[in-house]
Amino acid sequence: MINERLLEIILDSFWQILLPGLAVTIPLTAVSFFFAMIIAVVTAMVQFAKVPVLRHVARFYIWVARGTPLLVQLFVVFYGLPDLGILVDPIPAAILVFSLNEGAYCAETVRASLEAVPAGQMEAGRCVGMSYLQVMRRVVLPQAMRIAFPSLANSLIAMVKDTSLASNITVTEMMMKTRQIASVNQEFLALYIEVGLIYLLFCTVLTKVQSAVEKRLNYYGRKED
Amino acid sequence: MLELRGLKKSFGQLEVLKGIDLQVDKGDVVAILGRSGSGKTTLLRCLNFLEKSDAGTLSFDGESFDMARIGKKDIARLRAKTAFVFQNYNLFLNKTALQNVTEGLVIARKMPKDRAVEIGRRMLERVGLSDRESYYPSQLSGGQQQRVAIARALATDPEIIYFDEPTSALDPELTGEVLSVMRSLAEEGRTMLVVTHEMGFARHVSNRVIFMEEGEIVEAGDSRSVFEQPRQERTRVFLRNVYQHLETNEAPSPEG
Repeated sequence: MINERLLEIILDSFWQILLPGLAVTIPLTAVSFFFAMIIAVVTAMVQFAKVPVLRHVARFYIWVARGTPLLVQLFVVFYGLPDLGILVDPIPAAILVFSLNEGAYCAETVRASLEAVPAGQMEAGRCVGMSYLQVMRRVVLPQAMRIAFPSLANSLIAMVKDTSLASNITVTEMMMKTRQIASVNQEFLALYIEVGLIYLLFCTVLTKVQSAVEKRLNYYGRKED
Repeated sequence: MLELRGLKKSFGQLEVLKGIDLQVDKGDVVAILGRSGSGKTTLLRCLNFLEKSDAGTLSFDGESFDMARIGKKDIARLRAKTAFVFQNYNLFLNKTALQNVTEGLVIARKMPKDRAVEIGRRMLERVGLSDRESYYPSQLSGGQQQRVAIARALATDPEIIYFDEPTSALDPELTGEVLSVMRSLAEEGRTMLVVTHEMGFARHVSNRVIFMEEGEIVEAGDSRSVFEQPRQERTRVFLRNVYQHLETNEAPSPEG
């Protein structure tokens, strides 16, 4: 089944697909996830601290961002906003949508984690004279992020794959590149399996990083060995 | 030093504190006794504003505050003069023993780190845990955690320390180490308000005892007279029950 021609196509395209993976997929994921984390922490804290008005804004944002398809959000921003005279380049549009979408999911993870930190931690912090925000920053949030870490890593891994949707708004990431190559040589099965394997490779690395970091994060939670 | 008038607190329909009056003088060690649900812990939490009171006046160092309307600044100022020791320790789980003691000094009081560490080490030594300064709470026994919590409370040199059932979460063999630290604090003249079930502590270490039931102070007086000649029938019943319980289970240790 695998003849010489196919093998050559697979090998040649490997680098052609990997390159936009390293140059676009990974940076796009990293930058979007970075902004998503900021959005998530702020949105979670606004709800946790029950800040008037803003908590409702936060709920509304999460409701919309989680309740509509990622692909629809990409289309609204990239193809829809120009109708209002707002032109966004493909990569910024992708970063905007991925950050907001991921931020909503991660906000829920962070909020649940904040709620999982025992209330006594905040009380003890207030009793030694620290302000709400000081206790938050020094005691509650670090513990919450540790609780949240496995779920957040999960979201990050999901996001690596979701960036393939950006091919629909003309971003030349791995999926787009693969489609271009396949449309020329017509080897759809081989090439789509190949790009799938490259995604798998990326996610495998992230999974390894996740377990290594989890080991480090756990050091104060365990009894001495 | 501390005077409380007419403290009231309800949780929904349930009136937990029905008008508490209390006076604590410098150097007093006051034990608050009573059954579970009598309002002891709520009283303590209201005093440190962990619960919002419905009514009451608190005088501290000659300043008076309306407890139902007190502002953030006054709460912060009052908390700076007090410390709180919790039943379940509430050590900062992501900080070492030493960091637990220094955190409030460095972050809240903006003390230079080296000075805070110096104080922190002295406080840990005071509770006999110098060799545990780099341990995390999860690596310490309950008794050790509570002693770190006491060191943390002492670090800011508070005018009064509130103890909320400091030994109730501990295994019986660990209560002794905590009680002996508390006894030494009493001996050096610290002002303490202690919610406790430790009759030995209440009788022999505290100089005053308050007995609470259903949100009211039933009886208050010096320890000896409350224990030896309780005036109220309800106090007598409570003490009789406690001692019967102790006798049927185990003899009270001389420490607690």
